Amino acid sequence: MEEKIIVAIIVSAIAFFSIYAFTPVLIKFLEKRNLTVKDANKKGDVMIPRPGGISILIGIVASEITLYFFFPISEVLAIIIVSILGFSVGIIDDRKVMGGWFKPVALAFCATPIFLLGAYDSNLDFPLFGSVKIPSLYLALIVFMIPITGNTLNSIDVLNGIVSGFTAIASFALAISLFILQNYEIGIACLCLAFASLAFYKYHKFPSRIFPGDSGSVMLGATYGAIAIVGQVEVIAAVAILPAVINSFLFLSSVKRIVEHREINNPTSHTDDLKLKSTDVNHAPITLVRLLVAKIPLSEKQVCNQVLKLAVFSGILAIITALMMGIKI
Amino acid sequence: MAIKIYSFIFVMWILMMLGGGLVVLFVGPISFGTNIEPIITSVVKVGLALFLIFIWIIILTKIKNWVFKSQIKS
Repeated sequence: MEEKIIVAIIVSAIAFFSIYAFTPVLIKFLEKRNLTVKDANKKGDVMIPRPGGISILIGIVASEITLYFFFPISEVLAIIIVSILGFSVGIIDDRKVMGGWFKPVALAFCATPIFLLGAYDSNLDFPLFGSVKIPSLYLALIVFMIPITGNTLNSIDVLNGIVSGFTAIASFALAISLFILQNYEIGIACLCLAFASLAFYKYHKFPSRIFPGDSGSVMLGATYGAIAIVGQVEVIAAVAILPAVINSFLFLSSVKRIVEHREINNPTSHTDDLKLKSTDVNHAPITLVRLLVAKIPLSEKQVCNQVLKLAVFSGILAIITALMMGIKI
Repeated sequence: MAIKIYSFIFVMWILMMLGGGLVVLFVGPISFGTNIEPIITSVVKVGLALFLIFIWIIILTKIKNWVFKSQIKS
Protein backbone atom coordinates (compact mmCIF):
# COMPACT_ATOMS: atom_id res chain seq x y z
CA MET A 1 0.00 0.00 0.00
CA GLU A 2 2.85 2.38 0.89
CA GLU A 3 4.36 1.85 -2.56
CA LYS A 4 1.04 2.69 -4.22
CA ILE A 5 0.73 5.92 -2.24
CA ILE A 6 4.24 6.97 -3.32
CA VAL A 7 3.46 6.14 -6.97
CA ALA A 8 0.19 8.11 -6.71
CA ILE A 9 2.07 11.16 -5.42
CA ILE A 10 4.78 10.89 -8.11
CA VAL A 11 2.41 10.51 -11.10
CA SER A 12 -0.02 13.16 -9.79
CA ALA A 13 2.90 15.60 -9.43
CA ILE A 14 4.11 14.81 -12.97
CA ALA A 15 0.60 15.34 -14.40
CA PHE A 16 0.11 18.62 -12.53
CA PHE A 17 3.52 20.27 -12.80
CA SER A 18 4.26 19.30 -16.43
CA ILE A 19 1.08 21.10 -17.53
CA TYR A 20 1.60 23.92 -15.03
CA ALA A 21 5.10 24.54 -16.41
CA PHE A 22 4.53 23.84 -20.11
CA THR A 23 1.25 25.74 -20.69
CA PRO A 24 2.78 29.27 -20.43
CA VAL A 25 5.40 28.19 -23.01
CA LEU A 26 2.63 26.87 -25.25
CA ILE A 27 0.64 30.12 -24.85
CA LYS A 28 3.64 32.16 -26.07
CA PHE A 29 4.29 29.70 -28.93
CA LEU A 30 0.67 29.83 -30.15
CA GLU A 31 0.48 33.63 -29.83
CA LYS A 32 3.70 34.03 -31.83
CA ARG A 33 2.24 31.95 -34.66
CA ASN A 34 -1.10 33.74 -34.46
CA LEU A 35 -2.90 30.52 -33.59
CA THR A 36 -5.64 32.31 -31.69
CA VAL A 37 -9.45 32.49 -31.73
CA LYS A 38 -11.83 35.21 -30.59
CA ASP A 39 -13.36 34.81 -27.14
CA ALA A 40 -17.02 35.36 -28.04
CA ASN A 41 -18.04 36.34 -24.50
CA LYS A 42 -15.59 39.21 -24.02
CA LYS A 43 -15.81 42.88 -24.96
CA GLY A 44 -13.79 43.75 -28.06
CA ASP A 45 -11.56 41.39 -29.98
CA VAL A 46 -9.99 39.37 -27.20
CA MET A 47 -7.90 36.69 -28.92
CA ILE A 48 -7.08 33.49 -27.01
CA PRO A 49 -4.44 30.90 -28.03
CA ARG A 50 -5.72 27.47 -29.08
CA PRO A 51 -5.29 24.46 -28.94
CA GLY A 52 -4.11 23.84 -25.40
CA GLY A 53 -4.73 20.14 -25.93
CA ILE A 54 -1.00 19.72 -26.66
CA SER A 55 -0.20 20.68 -23.09
CA ILE A 56 -2.87 18.33 -21.66
CA LEU A 57 -1.55 15.50 -23.86
CA ILE A 58 1.99 15.96 -22.51
CA GLY A 59 0.77 15.95 -18.90
CA ILE A 60 -1.49 12.92 -19.24
CA VAL A 61 0.86 10.80 -21.36
CA ALA A 62 3.97 11.61 -19.26
CA SER A 63 2.21 10.71 -16.01
CA GLU A 64 0.50 7.58 -17.39
CA ILE A 65 3.80 6.31 -18.92
CA THR A 66 5.43 6.78 -15.51
CA LEU A 67 2.54 4.83 -13.98
CA TYR A 68 3.05 2.08 -16.58
CA PHE A 69 6.70 1.91 -15.51
CA PHE A 70 5.58 1.08 -11.96
CA PHE A 71 2.51 -1.03 -12.90
CA PRO A 72 3.04 -2.58 -16.37
CA ILE A 73 -0.57 -3.68 -16.89
CA SER A 74 -2.51 -3.66 -20.16
CA GLU A 75 -5.21 -1.40 -18.66
CA VAL A 76 -2.77 1.51 -18.20
CA LEU A 77 -1.34 0.96 -21.69
CA ALA A 78 -4.88 1.05 -23.13
CA ILE A 79 -5.54 4.38 -21.37
CA ILE A 80 -2.32 5.88 -22.81
CA ILE A 81 -3.13 4.81 -26.39
CA VAL A 82 -6.79 5.91 -26.18
CA SER A 83 -5.64 9.34 -24.88
CA ILE A 84 -3.27 9.77 -27.83
CA LEU A 85 -5.94 8.64 -30.32
CA GLY A 86 -8.51 10.96 -28.71
CA PHE A 87 -6.07 13.85 -29.04
CA SER A 88 -5.49 12.95 -32.72
CA VAL A 89 -9.23 13.02 -33.45
CA GLY A 90 -9.54 16.38 -31.69
CA ILE A 91 -6.55 17.99 -33.40
CA ILE A 92 -7.97 17.03 -36.83
CA ASP A 93 -11.19 18.80 -35.82
CA ASP A 94 -9.19 21.80 -34.56
CA ARG A 95 -7.27 22.14 -37.84
CA LYS A 96 -10.10 21.34 -40.25
CA VAL A 97 -13.85 21.82 -39.83
CA MET A 98 -15.33 18.32 -39.97
CA GLY A 99 -18.97 17.19 -40.21
CA GLY A 100 -21.09 16.33 -37.18
CA TRP A 101 -20.56 12.58 -37.65
CA PHE A 102 -16.74 12.75 -37.79
CA LYS A 103 -16.03 12.78 -34.07
CA PRO A 104 -18.46 10.00 -33.00
CA VAL A 105 -17.26 7.66 -35.76
CA ALA A 106 -13.55 8.43 -35.29
CA LEU A 107 -13.85 8.10 -31.50
CA ALA A 108 -15.52 4.69 -31.90
CA PHE A 109 -12.26 3.51 -33.53
CA CYS A 110 -10.31 4.95 -30.56
CA ALA A 111 -11.75 2.09 -28.46
CA THR A 112 -9.78 -0.44 -30.55
CA PRO A 113 -6.76 -0.65 -28.14
CA ILE A 114 -9.11 -1.69 -25.33
CA PHE A 115 -10.30 -4.64 -27.47
CA LEU A 116 -6.84 -5.56 -28.74
CA LEU A 117 -5.23 -5.46 -25.31
CA GLY A 118 -8.20 -7.27 -23.72
CA ALA A 119 -8.30 -4.54 -21.07
CA TYR A 120 -11.95 -5.04 -20.17
CA ASP A 121 -14.24 -7.33 -18.27
CA SER A 122 -17.67 -8.07 -19.74
CA ASN A 123 -19.41 -7.82 -16.35
CA LEU A 124 -21.41 -4.64 -15.87
CA ASP A 125 -21.64 -3.69 -12.18
CA PHE A 126 -24.68 -1.97 -10.71
CA PRO A 127 -25.17 -0.82 -7.12
CA LEU A 128 -27.58 -2.76 -4.89
CA PHE A 129 -28.38 -5.37 -7.55
CA GLY A 130 -24.94 -6.84 -8.33
CA SER A 131 -23.41 -7.45 -11.73
CA VAL A 132 -24.63 -8.84 -15.01
CA LYS A 133 -22.55 -10.74 -17.59
CA ILE A 134 -23.38 -9.47 -21.05
CA PRO A 135 -20.43 -10.37 -23.38
CA SER A 136 -22.00 -9.27 -26.70
CA LEU A 137 -23.74 -6.23 -25.31
CA TYR A 138 -20.57 -5.17 -23.50
CA LEU A 139 -18.59 -5.05 -26.77
CA ALA A 140 -21.17 -2.57 -28.09
CA LEU A 141 -20.88 -0.61 -24.85
CA ILE A 142 -17.09 -0.25 -25.32
CA VAL A 143 -17.58 1.02 -28.88
CA PHE A 144 -20.16 3.58 -27.70
CA MET A 145 -18.52 4.65 -24.42
CA ILE A 146 -15.53 6.56 -25.87
CA PRO A 147 -17.61 8.57 -28.42
CA ILE A 148 -20.19 9.34 -25.72
CA THR A 149 -17.71 10.60 -23.12
CA GLY A 150 -15.57 12.33 -25.77
CA ASN A 151 -18.49 14.21 -27.30
CA THR A 152 -20.24 14.84 -24.00
CA LEU A 153 -17.25 16.61 -22.46
CA ASN A 154 -16.52 18.34 -25.77
CA SER A 155 -20.10 19.70 -25.81
CA ILE A 156 -19.70 21.51 -22.46
CA ASP A 157 -16.55 23.30 -23.61
CA VAL A 158 -18.54 26.48 -24.20
CA LEU A 159 -17.31 28.92 -21.55
CA ASN A 160 -14.03 29.75 -19.82
CA GLY A 161 -12.91 26.98 -17.50
CA ILE A 162 -15.94 24.71 -17.73
CA VAL A 163 -14.51 21.60 -19.42
CA SER A 164 -11.24 21.54 -17.45
CA GLY A 165 -12.92 22.32 -14.10
CA PHE A 166 -15.73 19.86 -14.77
CA THR A 167 -13.33 17.06 -15.78
CA ALA A 168 -11.17 17.71 -12.71
CA ILE A 169 -14.18 17.38 -10.37
CA ALA A 170 -15.61 14.30 -12.17
CA SER A 171 -12.17 12.61 -12.27
CA PHE A 172 -11.52 13.21 -8.57
CA ALA A 173 -14.96 11.69 -7.82
CA LEU A 174 -14.17 8.72 -10.08
CA ALA A 175 -10.71 8.27 -8.51
CA ILE A 176 -12.25 8.25 -4.99
CA SER A 177 -14.84 5.71 -6.23
CA LEU A 178 -12.08 3.49 -7.65
CA PHE A 179 -10.21 3.63 -4.33
CA ILE A 180 -13.44 2.73 -2.49
CA LEU A 181 -13.75 -0.29 -4.82
CA GLN A 182 -10.07 -1.12 -4.12
CA ASN A 183 -9.09 -0.76 -7.79
CA TYR A 184 -5.94 1.15 -6.85
CA GLU A 185 -3.94 1.06 -10.11
CA ILE A 186 -6.77 2.51 -12.21
CA GLY A 187 -7.63 4.88 -9.36
CA ILE A 188 -4.09 6.28 -9.62
CA ALA A 189 -4.47 6.49 -13.43
CA CYS A 190 -7.64 8.53 -12.82
CA LEU A 191 -5.72 10.83 -10.46
CA CYS A 192 -3.39 11.64 -13.41
CA LEU A 193 -6.42 12.83 -15.40
CA ALA A 194 -7.77 14.77 -12.41
CA PHE A 195 -4.49 16.59 -11.71
CA ALA A 196 -3.88 17.23 -15.42
CA SER A 197 -7.33 18.84 -15.71
CA LEU A 198 -6.75 20.82 -12.51
CA ALA A 199 -3.42 22.19 -13.74
CA PHE A 200 -4.94 23.20 -17.08
CA TYR A 201 -7.89 24.80 -15.25
CA LYS A 202 -5.44 27.30 -13.76
CA TYR A 203 -4.95 28.79 -17.26
CA HIS A 204 -8.38 27.99 -18.65
CA LYS A 205 -10.52 29.45 -15.83
CA PHE A 206 -12.19 32.85 -16.28
CA PRO A 207 -10.63 34.93 -17.85
CA SER A 208 -9.03 32.22 -20.02
CA ARG A 209 -5.42 32.56 -21.11
CA ILE A 210 -5.71 29.49 -23.37
CA PHE A 211 -8.48 27.31 -24.82
CA PRO A 212 -8.12 23.49 -24.86
CA GLY A 213 -9.71 23.21 -28.31
CA ASP A 214 -11.31 19.98 -29.51
CA SER A 215 -7.94 18.24 -29.09
CA GLY A 216 -8.04 19.00 -25.37
CA SER A 217 -11.72 18.45 -24.60
CA VAL A 218 -12.10 15.32 -26.77
CA MET A 219 -8.94 13.82 -25.28
CA LEU A 220 -10.16 14.51 -21.73
CA GLY A 221 -13.45 12.75 -22.59
CA ALA A 222 -11.79 9.81 -24.35
CA THR A 223 -9.36 9.29 -21.44
CA TYR A 224 -12.25 9.48 -18.96
CA GLY A 225 -14.21 6.89 -20.98
CA ALA A 226 -11.20 4.56 -21.21
CA ILE A 227 -10.68 4.74 -17.42
CA ALA A 228 -14.39 3.95 -16.91
CA ILE A 229 -14.11 0.80 -19.06
CA VAL A 230 -10.77 -0.58 -17.87
CA GLY A 231 -11.67 0.28 -14.25
CA GLN A 232 -15.08 -1.44 -14.60
CA VAL A 233 -16.83 1.64 -13.23
CA GLU A 234 -19.00 2.50 -16.23
CA VAL A 235 -22.14 3.32 -14.22
CA ILE A 236 -20.26 5.41 -11.62
CA ALA A 237 -18.43 7.29 -14.40
CA ALA A 238 -21.74 8.07 -16.10
CA VAL A 239 -23.20 9.38 -12.82
CA ALA A 240 -20.19 11.68 -12.25
CA ILE A 241 -20.73 13.47 -15.57
CA LEU A 242 -24.55 13.67 -15.40
CA PRO A 243 -24.70 17.49 -15.89
CA ALA A 244 -22.78 17.06 -19.16
CA VAL A 245 -25.03 14.11 -20.10
CA ILE A 246 -28.05 16.36 -19.46
CA ASN A 247 -26.50 19.02 -21.70
CA SER A 248 -26.14 16.49 -24.54
CA PHE A 249 -29.60 15.07 -23.88
CA LEU A 250 -31.27 18.51 -23.92
CA PHE A 251 -29.34 19.45 -27.05
CA LEU A 252 -30.18 16.25 -28.96
CA SER A 253 -33.82 16.23 -27.88
CA SER A 254 -34.25 19.81 -29.16
CA VAL A 255 -32.12 19.56 -32.34
CA LYS A 256 -33.07 15.90 -33.02
CA ARG A 257 -29.90 15.14 -35.04
CA ILE A 258 -26.14 15.00 -34.61
CA VAL A 259 -24.63 18.30 -35.74
CA GLU A 260 -21.52 20.34 -35.10
CA HIS A 261 -22.13 23.28 -32.77
CA ARG A 262 -20.98 25.61 -35.58
CA GLU A 263 -24.03 24.60 -37.63
CA ILE A 264 -26.70 25.72 -35.13
CA ASN A 265 -28.04 28.96 -33.70
CA ASN A 266 -26.33 30.14 -30.52
CA PRO A 267 -28.58 29.16 -27.57
CA THR A 268 -27.52 32.27 -25.65
CA SER A 269 -27.00 35.93 -26.41
CA HIS A 270 -25.58 38.90 -24.47
CA THR A 271 -27.10 41.74 -22.49
CA ASP A 272 -25.61 45.24 -22.79
CA ASP A 273 -23.35 44.56 -19.81
CA LEU A 274 -22.17 41.33 -21.48
CA LYS A 275 -24.07 38.95 -19.26
CA LEU A 276 -25.37 35.74 -20.81
CA LYS A 277 -29.11 35.44 -21.42
CA SER A 278 -31.35 32.92 -23.15
CA THR A 279 -31.65 33.70 -26.86
CA ASP A 280 -34.90 34.98 -28.35
CA VAL A 281 -34.26 33.02 -31.56
CA ASN A 282 -36.87 30.33 -32.14
CA HIS A 283 -35.56 26.80 -32.71
CA ALA A 284 -32.23 27.53 -31.03
CA PRO A 285 -31.17 24.40 -29.13
CA ILE A 286 -31.75 23.98 -25.41
CA THR A 287 -28.52 23.54 -23.47
CA LEU A 288 -27.48 23.47 -19.83
CA VAL A 289 -26.13 27.03 -20.04
CA ARG A 290 -29.36 28.25 -21.64
CA LEU A 291 -31.36 26.74 -18.79
CA LEU A 292 -29.10 28.32 -16.19
CA VAL A 293 -29.63 31.80 -17.67
CA ALA A 294 -33.31 31.28 -18.54
CA LYS A 295 -34.70 33.24 -15.58
CA ILE A 296 -32.04 35.89 -15.06
CA PRO A 297 -28.95 36.81 -17.10
CA LEU A 298 -25.70 35.73 -15.45
CA SER A 299 -22.08 36.66 -16.03
CA GLU A 300 -19.80 34.08 -17.64
CA LYS A 301 -18.04 33.52 -14.32
CA GLN A 302 -21.36 32.96 -12.50
CA VAL A 303 -22.47 30.39 -15.11
CA CYS A 304 -19.12 28.56 -14.78
CA ASN A 305 -19.50 28.44 -11.00
CA GLN A 306 -23.06 27.08 -11.34
CA VAL A 307 -21.90 24.31 -13.71
CA LEU A 308 -19.00 23.39 -11.41
CA LYS A 309 -21.42 23.22 -8.44
CA LEU A 310 -23.58 20.81 -10.49
CA ALA A 311 -20.42 18.77 -11.15
CA VAL A 312 -19.72 18.59 -7.40
CA PHE A 313 -23.31 17.41 -6.81
CA SER A 314 -23.06 14.64 -9.42
CA GLY A 315 -19.58 13.76 -8.11
CA ILE A 316 -21.10 13.20 -4.65
CA LEU A 317 -23.81 11.01 -6.24
CA ALA A 318 -21.06 9.01 -7.99
CA ILE A 319 -19.23 8.40 -4.68
CA ILE A 320 -22.54 7.37 -3.04
CA THR A 321 -23.05 4.96 -5.97
CA ALA A 322 -19.58 3.49 -5.34
CA LEU A 323 -20.39 3.04 -1.64
CA MET A 324 -23.65 1.31 -2.64
CA MET A 325 -21.72 -1.18 -4.81
CA GLY A 326 -20.86 -3.16 -1.68
CA ILE A 327 -24.50 -3.45 -0.64
CA LYS A 328 -26.72 -6.17 -2.17
CA ILE A 329 -30.50 -6.31 -1.75
CA MET B 1 -33.83 27.29 -12.09
CA ALA B 2 -30.73 25.69 -10.59
CA ILE B 3 -32.81 23.69 -8.10
CA LYS B 4 -34.80 22.21 -11.01
CA ILE B 5 -31.55 21.09 -12.67
CA TYR B 6 -30.36 19.50 -9.41
CA SER B 7 -33.73 17.67 -9.18
CA PHE B 8 -33.40 16.52 -12.79
CA ILE B 9 -29.90 15.12 -12.11
CA PHE B 10 -31.24 13.32 -9.04
CA VAL B 11 -34.14 11.81 -11.03
CA MET B 12 -31.70 10.67 -13.75
CA TRP B 13 -29.59 8.99 -11.06
CA ILE B 14 -32.61 7.16 -9.60
CA LEU B 15 -33.66 6.04 -13.11
CA MET B 16 -30.14 4.71 -13.75
CA MET B 17 -30.23 2.70 -10.52
CA LEU B 18 -33.69 1.29 -11.32
CA GLY B 19 -32.69 0.51 -14.92
CA GLY B 20 -29.60 -1.31 -13.63
CA GLY B 21 -31.79 -3.33 -11.30
CA LEU B 22 -34.08 -4.37 -14.18
CA VAL B 23 -31.07 -5.42 -16.28
CA VAL B 24 -29.50 -7.46 -13.46
CA LEU B 25 -32.72 -9.09 -12.26
CA PHE B 26 -34.53 -9.76 -15.54
CA VAL B 27 -32.39 -9.27 -18.67
CA GLY B 28 -29.12 -10.83 -17.48
CA PRO B 29 -30.50 -14.22 -16.35
CA ILE B 30 -32.47 -14.83 -19.60
CA SER B 31 -31.60 -18.23 -21.06
CA PHE B 32 -33.48 -20.38 -23.58
CA GLY B 33 -31.83 -23.68 -22.71
CA THR B 34 -28.86 -25.53 -24.13
CA ASN B 35 -30.27 -26.28 -27.62
CA ILE B 36 -30.75 -22.60 -28.49
CA GLU B 37 -27.81 -20.78 -30.10
CA PRO B 38 -26.17 -18.36 -27.61
CA ILE B 39 -26.28 -15.65 -30.28
CA ILE B 40 -30.11 -15.73 -30.21
CA THR B 41 -30.08 -15.21 -26.45
CA SER B 42 -27.66 -12.30 -26.91
CA VAL B 43 -29.86 -10.73 -29.61
CA VAL B 44 -32.89 -10.95 -27.29
CA LYS B 45 -30.88 -9.37 -24.45
CA VAL B 46 -29.65 -6.56 -26.72
CA GLY B 47 -33.23 -5.97 -27.90
CA LEU B 48 -34.51 -5.78 -24.33
CA ALA B 49 -31.65 -3.46 -23.30
CA LEU B 50 -32.43 -1.16 -26.25
CA PHE B 51 -36.12 -1.24 -25.28
CA LEU B 52 -35.19 -0.21 -21.71
CA ILE B 53 -33.04 2.65 -23.06
CA PHE B 54 -35.96 3.74 -25.27
CA ILE B 55 -38.31 3.77 -22.24
CA TRP B 56 -35.62 5.61 -20.21
CA ILE B 57 -35.37 8.34 -22.86
CA ILE B 58 -39.17 8.70 -23.11
CA ILE B 59 -39.48 9.05 -19.32
CA LEU B 60 -36.63 11.58 -19.23
CA THR B 61 -38.17 13.58 -22.07
CA LYS B 62 -41.53 13.71 -20.21
CA ILE B 63 -39.80 14.78 -16.99
CA LYS B 64 -37.70 17.33 -18.88
CA ASN B 65 -40.83 18.86 -20.44
CA TRP B 66 -42.55 18.90 -17.06
CA VAL B 67 -39.63 20.35 -15.10
CA PHE B 68 -38.51 22.95 -17.62
CA LYS B 69 -41.83 23.62 -19.37
CA SER B 70 -41.72 27.38 -18.85
CA GLN B 71 -38.20 27.61 -20.28
CA ILE B 72 -38.45 25.13 -23.14
CA LYS B 73 -40.43 26.64 -25.94
CA SER B 74 -38.14 26.30 -28.94
